[in-house]
Amino acid sequence: MRKFTIRLAGLAILAVGVLPVSAAAAAERGRDGHVSIIYWQAPSILNPYLSGGTKDIEAASIVVEPLARFDASGNLTPWLAATVPTLANGGVSADLKTVTWKLREGLRWSDGSPVTAADVAFTAEYCRDPAGGCSQLARFDDVTAVEALDDLTVKVTFGVPKPYPYGPFVGATSPILQKAQFGDCKGARAPECTDANFGPVGTGPFRVTGFRPNDVISLEANPHYRDPAKPAFATVTFKGGGDAAAAGRAVLATGEFDYAWNLQLSPEVLKGMAAAGKGNVVSSFGTLVERLVVNLTDPSPGRGEARSTRAHPHPFLADRAVRKALSMAIDRKLLVEIGYGQAGRPACNVVPAPEIYASKANDDCLRQDVEGAKRLLDGAGWRPGPDGVRQKDGVRLSILYQTSTNAVRQDFQALIKQWWSDIGIETELRNIDASVFFGGDPGSPDTYQKFFADIEMYANNFEGADPESYLGAWRCGNEPRPASQWQGENMPRYCSEAYDRLLKEMAVTGEISERARLAREMNDLLVQDYVLIPLVHRGRVSAHARSLGGVRLNTWDSEIWNIADWHRAR
Amino acid sequence: MPVYTVRRVLVAVPTLLLISLILFLLLDLAPGDPTAQLPLTIPPEVKENIRRSLGLGEPIHVRYLLWLKQFFVNEPLHLMSQLTGLDLGGDRHRVISWQTRSPVVDLVVERLPQTLWVVGLSYVAGIAIGLPVGIVSARHQYGWFDQVGTFVSMIGFSVPTFFSGVLLIVVFSVELGWFPSIYDTTHRVTGWDSLLFQLRQMAMPVAVLALYNAAQISRFMRASALDNLTLDYVRTARAKGLSERKVIFVHVLRNAVGPVVTVVALGVPGIFGGAIITEQIFKVNGLGQLLITSIQASDLPTVQTLTFVFAVLIVACNLLADLLLGILDPRIRYD
Repeated sequence: MRKFTIRLAGLAILAVGVLPVSAAAAAERGRDGHVSIIYWQAPSILNPYLSGGTKDIEAASIVVEPLARFDASGNLTPWLAATVPTLANGGVSADLKTVTWKLREGLRWSDGSPVTAADVAFTAEYCRDPAGGCSQLARFDDVTAVEALDDLTVKVTFGVPKPYPYGPFVGATSPILQKAQFGDCKGARAPECTDANFGPVGTGPFRVTGFRPNDVISLEANPHYRDPAKPAFATVTFKGGGDAAAAGRAVLATGEFDYAWNLQLSPEVLKGMAAAGKGNVVSSFGTLVERLVVNLTDPSPGRGEARSTRAHPHPFLADRAVRKALSMAIDRKLLVEIGYGQAGRPACNVVPAPEIYASKANDDCLRQDVEGAKRLLDGAGWRPGPDGVRQKDGVRLSILYQTSTNAVRQDFQALIKQWWSDIGIETELRNIDASVFFGGDPGSPDTYQKFFADIEMYANNFEGADPESYLGAWRCGNEPRPASQWQGENMPRYCSEAYDRLLKEMAVTGEISERARLAREMNDLLVQDYVLIPLVHRGRVSAHARSLGGVRLNTWDSEIWNIADWHRAR
Repeated sequence: MPVYTVRRVLVAVPTLLLISLILFLLLDLAPGDPTAQLPLTIPPEVKENIRRSLGLGEPIHVRYLLWLKQFFVNEPLHLMSQLTGLDLGGDRHRVISWQTRSPVVDLVVERLPQTLWVVGLSYVAGIAIGLPVGIVSARHQYGWFDQVGTFVSMIGFSVPTFFSGVLLIVVFSVELGWFPSIYDTTHRVTGWDSLLFQLRQMAMPVAVLALYNAAQISRFMRASALDNLTLDYVRTARAKGLSERKVIFVHVLRNAVGPVVTVVALGVPGIFGGAIITEQIFKVNGLGQLLITSIQASDLPTVQTLTFVFAVLIVACNLLADLLLGILDPRIRYD
């Protein structure tokens, strides 16, 4: 025990001391040998434009980089660009329609050739090709032209004023590709370039030496990386496959790997593994919120074609008192404790972060209030019937509650069903395989878009740090319906003039604190109308070996965004 | 016999075509969507565009015929080009995986080695253990060896690999630290040290699968040998004064091994199918893992191609089993 404490103390001293010292003293690329990372979902491809999967985007982020990205606290930081263009520094034009990026000087691709503005312009061309099926097309929304003005300057022009112009080339989902490598791979030819898709030439700290799809990536330090002292590791093994428990075990219990991604495990399991003392569990919170979505329209099969459309309001969920009672009956703290532990906290907002965007007006949801919910229902005329289920004018409060198949979600369903039955609401539970539920197949009755149920539960977030397009989901007219082939993101079928007005205002507001105020107001409308019932603000939990230094978990960008700074703590 | 063989092969062709059609229809009609796994932050229009770029807009018969052409014409042409160095394939499209956007056949070839090493070796080990255990158990029916053998094979049969695999990891990786819990597929055997490492990383998955295979085969062997041991020809052989060794190995074994050969041959396609669960547990990432990840991602071209390759193997091994049986037992030659 004493030995252990001494070792711990030593480690702590090292951890504090080693950062500045090692950077100054042993500033040599590749000095720390090998580092191994395990992602329990294996990367399939290293071209983020051909895959939207987190696993692929994060693996690619070691190799290809954007002009700017978000740091661990969600702030925009210049990466390949010299500065982030803003209205203040003249990079964004006064009419909010153009943004001019300047590249850093002296950047080189990992094959030694210079990085130029032509590569940036080409990247836009590559993704915007309609035949290519680019997964990140939404990042180039409203872009009309991307031109290279000179070797280091690139101008992005939008067709409409863009108060938040940081879509293209920002964050791990929109990195710069090399024109020389991908020049012949545009549009329909994109899938033919297997070698390029498996081993993109990049500017990142490492370059690919071997790629086995859905299995393992081998990388080595990029000899042309812009900082001669980085990366500290000479080689990387990026293994994929298995499950979260095995990945956690490999880092925390056996010490075979240095870093394990996204350990969605039950709090007790994680605690047990961490007890071995080989690694640390780290967590960080982004914008992911597990929520209940309330169907404001009638999902009963009798409605035929008009089922779950705005033609017929819901028989009882159209009553705000019922929706509010549903929210009041829930004990969010208990949900967190059982389902997420360190990886979650109770949520009362659908926009939980960054801090200036997070509303404080809804914090009373943290307290469960069963009696209050009962009084509310009594007051609204919903009286318990002979079987204990409340009813009014022959309408019974009987809910079909659906979600995707997942152990934590089924636990949540069972708990919430119990709470609702305490206030006199009957609940039928249903779970659907995730690939069907989220699949968007217009032929399937079980998708979350069709919403042939009264309540559904899933998690959603927004990318980067600006919630405008995320909040745009709940505008009137964006609801899935037969005429839109059941596409659309307004699952509750919400329609509010006040909300749409705020949204229009946000689209022409460039000033950050104003945007934040608008976002908070929209959030409050959604939450106080109880069309969305936030449950848990979910964080990302990962683990790293004690000997791995420099890890700064980032939920705003690629989780391993700063792998160039990783080093062996001695 | 040759006539019979040719006839069987000819019958196999329409059978396989029918299988491929059924597979295609099953996969296509099953719910699922290749863009389902993408984050919800990707808007629906973009997902629709992705689906179109994967060819999902085409009607089903067009997609089926395209797959047939890619698999039966373009892939063999590509293979020929690779072997001969001539450009026979030209610009023809191969079967492309939706997940990796790379040719499916290349994925299969890349994953064959570790599957053959681990699953194949466990099958060989299973046979090597199962046959002698079965024979000895039958010879001394209800003796102590038979009792122990029965007990162990019941465990092998009934304990699922997702339990025994994790149990081995917890004991030998976490507690004792003898073997790695994660298989390194990039490992190359270049000398004694690396061979030792290869053996160490294969030990646990092979042990788990070999236990299961040996359990199955030993039960078959035991049952088959028991059937024969009570027959008249064995009594005759013993009455002639033959040694017990000769009775068992010359007379009983040859007759008893027939049904076991069928079982063993029919198990061979299973090797290529990989042991899905065991591969997942030990991160062997062979063909089984490829199949399961492709199913999860609704990567239809990969699933279709893999399942069809398994179908071909099953048909081929059926034929092989029948022919082998004919060689072993002259009474059932098909002429």
